[in-house]
Amino acid sequence: MTSRRQLLKTLGGGILVLVVGPASLGTELRNQRGRAQATLQKLSAWVHIAESGVVTVFTGKVEVGQNARTSITQAAAEELRVAPSVVRVVMGDTDLVPFDMGTFGSLTTPRMIPQIRRAAAAARERLIDIGAAKSGQARSSLHAHDGKVIGPGFSASYASLAAGDMFALDIPADLELTPAQNWKVLGTSLPKVSASAIVTGTHQYTSDLRRPNMVYAKVLRPPTMAAKLKTVDTSKAAALPGVKVVRDGDFVAVTAASVRLAVKALELIEADWTEVEQSQHSELFKLLRGAEPLPTTATGPKLLAGTYTCEYIAHVPLEPRAALAEWDGKRMTIHTGTQRPFAVRDDVAAAVGLATGAVRVIVPDTGSGYGGKHTGEAAIEAARIAHAVGVPVKLVWTRQEELGWAYFRPAGVSEITSGVDDRGKVVGWTHDNYNSGPASVESPYAIDTKRSQFHPANSPLRQGSYRSLAACFNTFARETHMDELAALAGVDPLAFRIQNLDNARLRAVLEAAAAKLNWTQKVASAGRGFGIACGTDKGSYVATAVELTVAEGNVRLVRIVVAYDCGAILNPDLLKNQVVGGVIMGIGGALYETIDFANGKVLTDRLAKYRVPRHHDIPVIDCVLLDRKDLPSAGAGETPIIGIAPAIGNAIFNATGKRLRSMPLKLS
Amino acid sequence: MKVTLNVNGEKHDVEAEPETSLLEVLRNDLGLTGTKYGCGESQCGACTVLVDGESMHSCVFPLEDAVGKPIFTIESLAKAGKLDPLQQAFIDEGAMQCGYCVSGMIMAARALLNKNPHPTHDEIIGRMNGNICRCGAYPRMVAAIKRVAEATK
Repeated sequence: MTSRRQLLKTLGGGILVLVVGPASLGTELRNQRGRAQATLQKLSAWVHIAESGVVTVFTGKVEVGQNARTSITQAAAEELRVAPSVVRVVMGDTDLVPFDMGTFGSLTTPRMIPQIRRAAAAARERLIDIGAAKSGQARSSLHAHDGKVIGPGFSASYASLAAGDMFALDIPADLELTPAQNWKVLGTSLPKVSASAIVTGTHQYTSDLRRPNMVYAKVLRPPTMAAKLKTVDTSKAAALPGVKVVRDGDFVAVTAASVRLAVKALELIEADWTEVEQSQHSELFKLLRGAEPLPTTATGPKLLAGTYTCEYIAHVPLEPRAALAEWDGKRMTIHTGTQRPFAVRDDVAAAVGLATGAVRVIVPDTGSGYGGKHTGEAAIEAARIAHAVGVPVKLVWTRQEELGWAYFRPAGVSEITSGVDDRGKVVGWTHDNYNSGPASVESPYAIDTKRSQFHPANSPLRQGSYRSLAACFNTFARETHMDELAALAGVDPLAFRIQNLDNARLRAVLEAAAAKLNWTQKVASAGRGFGIACGTDKGSYVATAVELTVAEGNVRLVRIVVAYDCGAILNPDLLKNQVVGGVIMGIGGALYETIDFANGKVLTDRLAKYRVPRHHDIPVIDCVLLDRKDLPSAGAGETPIIGIAPAIGNAIFNATGKRLRSMPLKLS
Repeated sequence: MKVTLNVNGEKHDVEAEPETSLLEVLRNDLGLTGTKYGCGESQCGACTVLVDGESMHSCVFPLEDAVGKPIFTIESLAKAGKLDPLQQAFIDEGAMQCGYCVSGMIMAARALLNKNPHPTHDEIIGRMNGNICRCGAYPRMVAAIKRVAEATK
């Protein structure tokens, strides 16, 4: 852990604004010109204005393609009244940034952005104070603009005002942030700040990093999950030129000067394993559901019950897990693509037997995560190897390892019972989900008698987070069931939803999507259908409408409309990119993706066996954004995915009369 | 085997087994890391380069077959700080999110436009279908390719 003194030395002079998490800590910092009193561990972000005028934001969030680097740049530029081009953002470096739980739950926008705005605004106000003192003018006659403090006959750059000794200040309680209606930088479509490094291939992802004397590592994997190593003979591998074998219990790895030599060495290892019996894919849903009877079921004049299922799916980040580990005899420095750098730091320290202060994790902007990189498998493995061999070690998981040994989005079973009255009003509702998770298991519809419950289960495969995790399947189950109820009640699916909603934001996105698709004019014909679905997760609202055709059992998407409301929009163009990207990713879970497994082995461990959406799967997609400048901004990296699967399923029903209740949706 | 490769207009001496993938040689022996590993099975296109003018998945392209042929990677496109029109169009359309697939996408698109400067929509989809973008920036990538094609009409 870097000390305050080290940090100040690194930064040189200027102004440092520390953002304290809990409100009670604010007093510790108040009026402490000249020194920061709070421990760095208790801080949540900080902003530095250098004597050069360069603004640097320090945050524990990481960039995995969701464009947090760009929105954080905008947030600091907005409140500091500077051009985005003078803002730098240091992300995910455990030596340099304040502790952060991780980049998940769509929390960067609602939690981190306001903190950075407050820090930047406090710095701006402080610069105006200094300007007033230097100019001798009334503070009220001065304002900040384009990196300067300006008043009648006075203009001084931030660089000149920030010169001198470093000082730190806290955030005044009465600080006002710029209202969304007055935003000049936030709310605009600033292009992705790292775009030119990406298109030229010069951005260095973890897997691109190189060091002098670096070796490449490969790790021995068991034939099946949970297998234990009985015997191993590594002598042939160790006889190859420059190859080193690292063994620590069941952990066996090799290093070599090239990947090809490391692969050859790995192939020469003779290992015998004790395997354990494991459950089969065919019994998955029975296993997750268990035999426990439902506590209650819904009542009403017309009753409906449905069971819905969802397969395990993989994140397939295009950059697989990767790490570069450097051990200098005292400290372990690891570059790795993870969504939780501080957790990985702790995990590495524990695995190698080091104090957490002896481990530094740095996260270069990463080749995506989607919730699939909450862990640090490659980092831990690379660190164990580097600790043993003493030279820099690079470990890049193969696609086969990524598909076979990472974790999956949970499979799940949902059981819904409902009742609807003669006026088309849903009067009773129960939703029991097994294994997916609790998110969105509660129905957002206005129903008098509701019961929703998540039931944890023993998962046969390793499972973890994913974009909108449980909300994806729970929304599928609910929105499919609502469609079935609409049919039972003889009411149009859009009208049925609206007449059962009292949530104005959900209703607004439904109406926006329907209007854009011209829903009321659309009539199903042989093999052509229309479907709609809506949902809410993490403070955002989405409605998705689909037009598709079905011919000989093949579904062809023709058009998708997605309407989205996440409060005040930080960057309309990048938001559209996220919303459309979420929908496209969701097409995979809706129509294609299934992890197949048997006897403790993932069978779909290659892209040739695991189909993800491609160029030719993508129809025309229209994105309608509802900008609510009167509401706080919510995150948008996840929720857009939740509506697509039920909208497709409902459109298939509309086209064929066949109701599909499983993800992925299969007609045959 | 010792061979000389012609990469981005320069000669490079390489020593490796004939079956070594061109991708590994480019990335690890020559340090040209703009070309990415995504799957190693010619499924995702992150490793796309031009070999003799054709777009190739370098992860399954053996070194011995690359000898004597001009090879171009993403590093060759920008000349004297000036971006290739496709690179500029990807920026202008915001055709990326995490960006990991972008080198391969641009190289596949470059091969397409070199042969067919004004492709139809279906031709673009057909030629780009071997390249996966998990972030789902596909529509913007197609728009970027069309933008470049339009500009040369």
